[in-house]
Amino acid sequence: MASPEMKMAREAYGDLLVELGKQNENIVVLDADLSSSTNTYKFAKQFPERFFNCGVAEQNMMSVAAGLAASGKTVFVSTFAIFGAGRAWDQVRNSLAACRFNVKIVVTHGGISVGPDGLSHQAIEDIALMRAIPGMTVIVPCDAPEAVAAIRASSEKPGPFYIRLGRPKIPIIWHGDKFHIGRAHIVQEGEHVTIVACGIMVNEALAAREILREKGISAEIINMSTIKPLDEEALLASAKKTRRVITCEEHSVVGGLGGAVSEFLGEAFPVPIIRIGIRDRFGQSGTPEELMKEYKLTKNDIAHAAEKLVKERPAPPV
Amino acid sequence: MTKKPDIDELKETARLLRCDIIEMLAKAGSGHPGGSLSSVEIVTTLFFHVLRIRPKEPQWPDRDRFHLSKGHCCPAVYAALARRGFFPRKDLWTLRQFGSILQGHPDCKRTPGIEVSSGSLGHGLAIGCGMAVASRLDKRDSRVYVLMGDGEIQEGSVWEAAMFAAHYKLDNLCAVLDYNGMQIDGWVKDVMALEPLREKWEGFGWRVLHVNGHHIGELVHAFDSFKDKEKKGKPTIIIASTVKGKGVSFMENVVDFHGRAPTKEQAERALKELENGIA
Repeated sequence: MASPEMKMAREAYGDLLVELGKQNENIVVLDADLSSSTNTYKFAKQFPERFFNCGVAEQNMMSVAAGLAASGKTVFVSTFAIFGAGRAWDQVRNSLAACRFNVKIVVTHGGISVGPDGLSHQAIEDIALMRAIPGMTVIVPCDAPEAVAAIRASSEKPGPFYIRLGRPKIPIIWHGDKFHIGRAHIVQEGEHVTIVACGIMVNEALAAREILREKGISAEIINMSTIKPLDEEALLASAKKTRRVITCEEHSVVGGLGGAVSEFLGEAFPVPIIRIGIRDRFGQSGTPEELMKEYKLTKNDIAHAAEKLVKERPAPPV
Repeated sequence: MTKKPDIDELKETARLLRCDIIEMLAKAGSGHPGGSLSSVEIVTTLFFHVLRIRPKEPQWPDRDRFHLSKGHCCPAVYAALARRGFFPRKDLWTLRQFGSILQGHPDCKRTPGIEVSSGSLGHGLAIGCGMAVASRLDKRDSRVYVLMGDGEIQEGSVWEAAMFAAHYKLDNLCAVLDYNGMQIDGWVKDVMALEPLREKWEGFGWRVLHVNGHHIGELVHAFDSFKDKEKKGKPTIIIASTVKGKGVSFMENVVDFHGRAPTKEQAERALKELENGIA
């Protein structure tokens, strides 16, 4: 298999913003002194009158976004995930989400693949923080094209969104033409175990599927890019078929994709679940590859968990 | 409402708003009388003289924007909105009750005339900045007014917004500080001192006006001055010195009435004082 093309989702985001800005004069973009990293600088260059750098002041940025949205603007707000979800959580909750404002929080540098910057810059709780806010749509695209499609879709739907992108170049694996908010994508069908993943972990899950195939295990791979609202129907159907579930995310196992899937299946159709994610630890400096290995987020970790589930945890009777 | 204000009429409106506030809070059995009463003249001057708004068309695009950043003092604003005709006065007596359009803190999804929800302190000035930017982008002459509490400006986010407003020269933005000197835990100067306030705001690039916040004539003059100095590239703050619990003798400067509603007996006494015009 030829290795896939690599691209940064945030780079694609910057280009998309320019395109959206041309189509819609009502779009305003805010950033907090990270425009060169988030790529909003491209919009700033093209539409300086509609771009506002807020300086290193994320709380202010979120409330300014609320004021703009209250006056009818479609607002894109960007910073790193840790600051957007963490530093300004109160503003996101009370100024933006409680008013159902049309603000798209598109963050970059989510997860530990941020690498050498270390734990202060590695958001591993952001999905949990945003998912807990009533009415917030939370999307973690698996690559650049899906990011573009998801952000475009968000721009067409009123209301608050949290869209999490990463830092590094990642392989292109999504080949859809339109992003459906809230719909899971069954990437590969399988019979023995369901692997639900989001973000860069979708690619790892696909690689794990190959390892499992050699061991006679057939894994179904679901790209759950919309974590909220969760596609419960697709999840239930897959869980009923395989009766074993693995979740994979570049995030804490608390409150993210693993949390969402476990909460739902725990109520609707309890099956054995293993959550692949960061287990109550902070990140640290290293290359993304070193860190993914250290925190057990590789294809081997996924395959190992799936194998364990299939061998040790017989599927409950139908 | 660009006509010359009838100061006596505004004073009478302020008195009526105080009566509404007392009745609302007594009926609700909880809420924040102290800061509601201290802000009455500010709210009256804004809603009955300054603001260009259409009660029957709350979303009129060219309206001025008012945002109550010190959300806990919503009884004053609710009373003003009702008297301006945004919703029936009978709704006032449902304050803080289940199913009411009048929540314990402002909720823009439930109350006509509330632009943005508030309650968590320190957000409002930045929200006002966003509105002021939008107004400029849309080439409207809408002005933006934000009412803040003094304890509130201990929030760091207020100063982030202060920088933003000056940096982007938001001269269509007017902040009003209800400077009653008290917060939940006592006198502001003892809890976390704010002075020198004029120098702080001037240092942040603002135009600072100082008025007696219970003197409607001074408030009218200050708001007029804000409009005059518009297009001069600076945001304006009106520091309005006020008295917490103003107008009810046993509530004035009593910190306990920050967040405690009057009992039925206290409400009766308060209303009697207000009727007799002791304030």
